[in-house]
Amino acid sequence: MLEAQELSIGYGQVAIGTGLTLKVAQGEILCLLGPNGCGKTTLFRTLLGLLPALSGDVLLGGTPIASQRRAEIARRIAYVPQAHAPPFPFEASEVVLMGRTARLGAFAQPGRADRVAALAAMARLGIGDLACRDYSRLSGGQRQLVLIARALAQDTPLIVMDEPTASLDFGNQAQVLAQIGALVRDESPQGRGVILSTHDPDQAFALGARVLLMHRGGVMADGPAAAVLTAANLSTVYGIPVTVETTGSGRKVCLPTLDRQVTPSETPRAIPVA
Amino acid sequence: MGRGTTADVDPPRPAPTLSGALVLCLVALAFGAVMVGPYGLTPGQTLAALFGQGDRQAQIVVWSIRLPRVGAALLVGAALAAAGASYQALFRNPLVSPDILGVSAGAGLGAVAGIFLSLPVAAIQASAFVGGMAAVGFVTLVASVVRNTDRTLTLVLIGVVIGALAGAATSLLKVMADPYDQLPAITFWLLGSLAATTTEDILPALPMVLIGLVPLALLRWRINVLSLGDEEARALGVEAGRTRFFVIAAATLITASVTALAGVVGWVGLVIPHVARMLVGPGFGRLLPTSALIGAGYLLIVDTAARTIAQVEVPLGILTAVIGAPFFVWLLARGRRGWS
Repeated sequence: MLEAQELSIGYGQVAIGTGLTLKVAQGEILCLLGPNGCGKTTLFRTLLGLLPALSGDVLLGGTPIASQRRAEIARRIAYVPQAHAPPFPFEASEVVLMGRTARLGAFAQPGRADRVAALAAMARLGIGDLACRDYSRLSGGQRQLVLIARALAQDTPLIVMDEPTASLDFGNQAQVLAQIGALVRDESPQGRGVILSTHDPDQAFALGARVLLMHRGGVMADGPAAAVLTAANLSTVYGIPVTVETTGSGRKVCLPTLDRQVTPSETPRAIPVA
Repeated sequence: MGRGTTADVDPPRPAPTLSGALVLCLVALAFGAVMVGPYGLTPGQTLAALFGQGDRQAQIVVWSIRLPRVGAALLVGAALAAAGASYQALFRNPLVSPDILGVSAGAGLGAVAGIFLSLPVAAIQASAFVGGMAAVGFVTLVASVVRNTDRTLTLVLIGVVIGALAGAATSLLKVMADPYDQLPAITFWLLGSLAATTTEDILPALPMVLIGLVPLALLRWRINVLSLGDEEARALGVEAGRTRFFVIAAATLITASVTALAGVVGWVGLVIPHVARMLVGPGFGRLLPTSALIGAGYLLIVDTAARTIAQVEVPLGILTAVIGAPFFVWLLARGRRGWS
């Protein structure tokens, strides 16, 4: 569905990443992991055709994205930005309805069928009751779900999510992740593809995702979470010792070693406890 | 608020009722405005004169003096409010007014140059119109050359620059102008007034405003999407650059036409869209007509006050500022976000 070959990304003359090759098919989750500033957001903007590639090609549905009109792109790939506040108090259902824009003529208004699709998308994510609420006054987690509903209403085979769980509390993170997992699994016949970026490697295990590990502007590893997210890879990329352990329920979790600086010679003198 | 409280597939439709009520108010206001003035008329006299009957002098007052002026006030108010609503959505900022890209400064310079050269009234108006359009054209041209990822911010900043340059040129002409003859005319024009408006002045502005409203009405859904910002609008399938160009061109045409007619009238395009947004929400499809109707009524009231509260005409720009500024402060103080 979406393919990038030997892609160089960046702004103007400054390359942020080079030699990036990746491929996403329908029915799979690709999880993008890498430290701050490694170029995840820039890569997303390039994959969405919002930023021209410095070199290399992005192919969407087999044709270069640069040659496609915005509406064509938006019928194939939906973008879920990090939750934000628009300047005007649109109702949440109006924000979702904007996902239908690519299916409307330039001068057209969304019709009844579009409203049905928007409300169905909200109902599917369990936020039907937010429809008439002021979007700008929703909580971060609610906004994120509204934006995901908008991507559903856009009805595309592929969804790109930029850190969908950033700034969400513990419960909302789990809820959003569960919805993302359900999106990819439940869809028929071919299923939907999702690319998402995250700072939490545990999420890749939880989602059973394919992982693309970025390091110093390039792809360090690409493959199933269990193969890519090894203690060695994570330690290299994030610059701290990491161990990967398996919980009692069989899920893998990544644990940074927090006492790294505490080498034996620096150990504080033992304080006698009475 | 006139907005639905339960999820419903059918769009909420408070706007037609509200629009109907607003139109009725406008008709009543217009009728009242035709009655009042130095030559006072009773409702009966006014009605008779409107249908070409009764007192000859009343007919002349109604048809040659009052109606052109009432019509001009309605047109200017509606146009400025509609343009203001468009610019606010486009620039994603509720503090934006129709002169954000320098249209008022450009039109002011054009008119002042016309007065300075002692051109006839029609030529001064044409010069103002050309000045306003040229200023915004220049802004978009310079902005397209400047390499910056934030197109909207670039436009606004260059608008400030071009506006300041035009303001400097205007000041230069004021210094050089004849202080007894030209300077009062320049000052009066820069403060805005409909005192000398005739039907002949309105006729060229009216079609321009209507032509400008067409793309705004047609693109109303895309303008909503654009108010999420360029990048999101593009990801949702909108050709943001092209759409923004058409909206700017249309809103500038509207603003330049009525500025040529009435001079620089501030605050209407800034404040009225807020009032409309409080009534019908931010959806541009409902915001545009509601803003236009409220703007028309508001400027009619202000202009009627301008010609009746004192022996001499009070410039419009002074009244709209005196009313608009405190109202705006109240809006800001009203809540967490003054524009919601």
